[in-house]
Amino acid sequence: MDWISPRRLKNLGMLNMNRRNVDYIARYNDRTSYPLVDNKLKTKLAVSEYGVKTPKLLQVVRQQHEISHFREMAEDLAGFAIKPAKGSGGKGITVITGRDGDDFIKASSARISVAMLERHLTNILAGLYSLAGTPDVAIVENLVQSSPALAKYSFQGVPDIRIVVFQGYPVMAMLRLATTASDGKANLHQGAVGVGLDIGSGQSLNAVQFNRPITLHPDTGLALENIQIEDWENMLEMAARCYEATGLGYMGVDLVVDANEGPLLLELNARPGLAIQMANGCGLLPRLNAIESLKRPHFSPRERALFAMESFARR
Amino acid sequence: MTVRSRVPFYVFVFLLIAAGIAIATWRHLELGIPWMTGEQRPVWMIEARVDFEGQNSPAEVSLHIPEQPPGFRILTEQAASPGYGFSILDSNSGRRAQWTKRDVAGPQTLYFKAQFVPDEDVIHTPPVRKPRALTVFWEEPQATAVRELLTQASERSSSPESMTRELIRLMQPDNRTQNTTLLVSDDNYLQLLVKMLNHAGIAARTADALKLEDARRRQQLVPFLQIYNGKRWLTFDPRTAEQGVPENLLLWRQGADSLLDVVGGDDSQVSFSMLRQTVPALQLATLESNANGLSVLGFYQLPIEEQSMFRMLLLLPIGALIVAFMRIVIGIRTSGTFMPVLIAVAFVQTTLVPGLIAFLSVVAIGLLLRGYLSSLNLLLVSRISALIILVIFITAGLSIIGYQMGFNTGMTVTFFPMVIIAWTIERMSILWEEEGAREVLVQGSGSLFVAICAYLAMSTPLAGHLTFNFPELHLVILGLILLMGQYTGYKLSELKRFTPMKAYD
Repeated sequence: MDWISPRRLKNLGMLNMNRRNVDYIARYNDRTSYPLVDNKLKTKLAVSEYGVKTPKLLQVVRQQHEISHFREMAEDLAGFAIKPAKGSGGKGITVITGRDGDDFIKASSARISVAMLERHLTNILAGLYSLAGTPDVAIVENLVQSSPALAKYSFQGVPDIRIVVFQGYPVMAMLRLATTASDGKANLHQGAVGVGLDIGSGQSLNAVQFNRPITLHPDTGLALENIQIEDWENMLEMAARCYEATGLGYMGVDLVVDANEGPLLLELNARPGLAIQMANGCGLLPRLNAIESLKRPHFSPRERALFAMESFARR
Repeated sequence: MTVRSRVPFYVFVFLLIAAGIAIATWRHLELGIPWMTGEQRPVWMIEARVDFEGQNSPAEVSLHIPEQPPGFRILTEQAASPGYGFSILDSNSGRRAQWTKRDVAGPQTLYFKAQFVPDEDVIHTPPVRKPRALTVFWEEPQATAVRELLTQASERSSSPESMTRELIRLMQPDNRTQNTTLLVSDDNYLQLLVKMLNHAGIAARTADALKLEDARRRQQLVPFLQIYNGKRWLTFDPRTAEQGVPENLLLWRQGADSLLDVVGGDDSQVSFSMLRQTVPALQLATLESNANGLSVLGFYQLPIEEQSMFRMLLLLPIGALIVAFMRIVIGIRTSGTFMPVLIAVAFVQTTLVPGLIAFLSVVAIGLLLRGYLSSLNLLLVSRISALIILVIFITAGLSIIGYQMGFNTGMTVTFFPMVIIAWTIERMSILWEEEGAREVLVQGSGSLFVAICAYLAMSTPLAGHLTFNFPELHLVILGLILLMGQYTGYKLSELKRFTPMKAYD
């Protein structure tokens, strides 16, 4: 067994689970704001007022009988995503990328019948994927057409960018690439690849899969060293703007880059994971402390994004 | 965005822990509840046997019994005497056991048994009325002899105690002068001493004591001298002038005039036999608690059924503490936060190995059936409900099969909480579908590991003893859990998880 001593972790400024929960989430995240991020439908509505774009909403299934409308709606759609509004960790999200006769094709290129999708919707409504098992609402969204520059790195599914935003300042970011192991999902604990991104430039730093450093994508075989995210400054500003929309002091902002519409907000997370530190090869604590000790915080999202780019740049 | 000072919190936790320990210590000292299980305390079982000859007439036997013997507490009292009416009378002159019967003929034997607990800290109430020295008249020539002896003793003494000691010494055979020889004869020595002390203005009386030796029979009481020093009665050995009551001496009679009165009988006599017993300290504390105000804080006065329920309930905080520790400090992943505690509680009732086998087989069969359920496309609520019914079928089936095959332990399956098991199966099954078998294995074995740890802690006799007999110790557990809620350090599992960070150091 290989261990790292607590002192070395401290020197690296690694934020740990207990500290995140007590010193950041409990202190900076107001409980009343949780429903805003735990419910994707509410998130969509909240951030749209602040000029943050999200994938186009196709249908909201609130009641069991509304499931029959789904068939009509999906009649001539080639790609869409079904999500439980209150799901967490990517649970219950089904991404449809194409059709084969009456059946649909999932992102993993497995076939799925309409009946199966309807059953999936039923499960979502019953609360199978919701946080506390409470009844839920299913949302059907337009399929994100990932920009080809990034899409080539991901095996299946859409690569997304996770940005941790602390008191409105983007402090750390990573690119998450789906793999076969993660079944097209971009969650690190399911086996997705995490690529640390330099806040200053949007350039890739290190990459990890299952907490182990890697240099090539395990499925596509592409080198992960020189990825450059386009429109980086705007993306950071977009993430910073979510602070005004939700009031959450410590959150994870998940963005995707759509080929046609540019950066879109996928979801917000009030309890962002710690793996982003591994992908970046550095701890969050020094940056969080730097923000906390700011005497005069910046008021506009743009100022905050620029400040972060200047302060936390690696190269 | 509030950063409140944590000082009040720590003070509060400290107070909780201190209060828990203080109350427990206090109860340990006051009620004598032992810290450890299996602690033994000596108890003296003393049996007074009264023999007399009936005279074909109604009989009334009255035996003086101890009230507040110094250095002892009375634990139990009982009389064995078939055919007799029995009662204990409290009067000014002390407590008496009274036997009565309408027609008594021939030799009779009556027994009175009492258990005494040695206890140095017994507080004695002082006499209500101050005893006064009796007036004594002497005839010549004794009067002169007494006067001379008393003068001699008082010249060499300063207090009632020293006066008594001097007087006893002067009356010993080797110190006797003509005057004393004139007064003392063998059988009136103690009476004489009492009379002389009263004459000198010191209230004095006789007392009867029992020398405690293990397994003695047919013992007689030994007379002692008691004087009143203005505050309380002091006991002297009239033979050695030694003051105080030795440890192995039980004062059976103090103050009362007679030891045994028999009306309607002849040849009466009383003898004593004794036995040193050991009683579990806990049982002793339980017996005594009824009389003690402190017992309000304990469970001893509840009906036995409720007591055994509380015995179980009070173990739960230990399980909760272990789960909190395992999750916060060690970082073991479990499926369902407190599912392990409930499983551990079931293990306590089933014992570990049969419980483990039963639990694993129920969950395994449940997972298989859940696989079929998931293909039925059911709503969540009805799927869980169906699963609960299936779990009940499985447990019933296992019990019956186990019983038919001769394993009584099969029945223990019923101790598992059905709803919890159903949810566990549901969660495991979803976990399997979404994250794969590996995650099921990790969380499942994590849960089982924590459950077994909690079981091991909860099933130790000491844990059961302390939680039930010192319920205030739960304040300490509460304090520890609150403290753990403030732990912001690294979990043990994180030291492993973050190992790749070594490369960036």
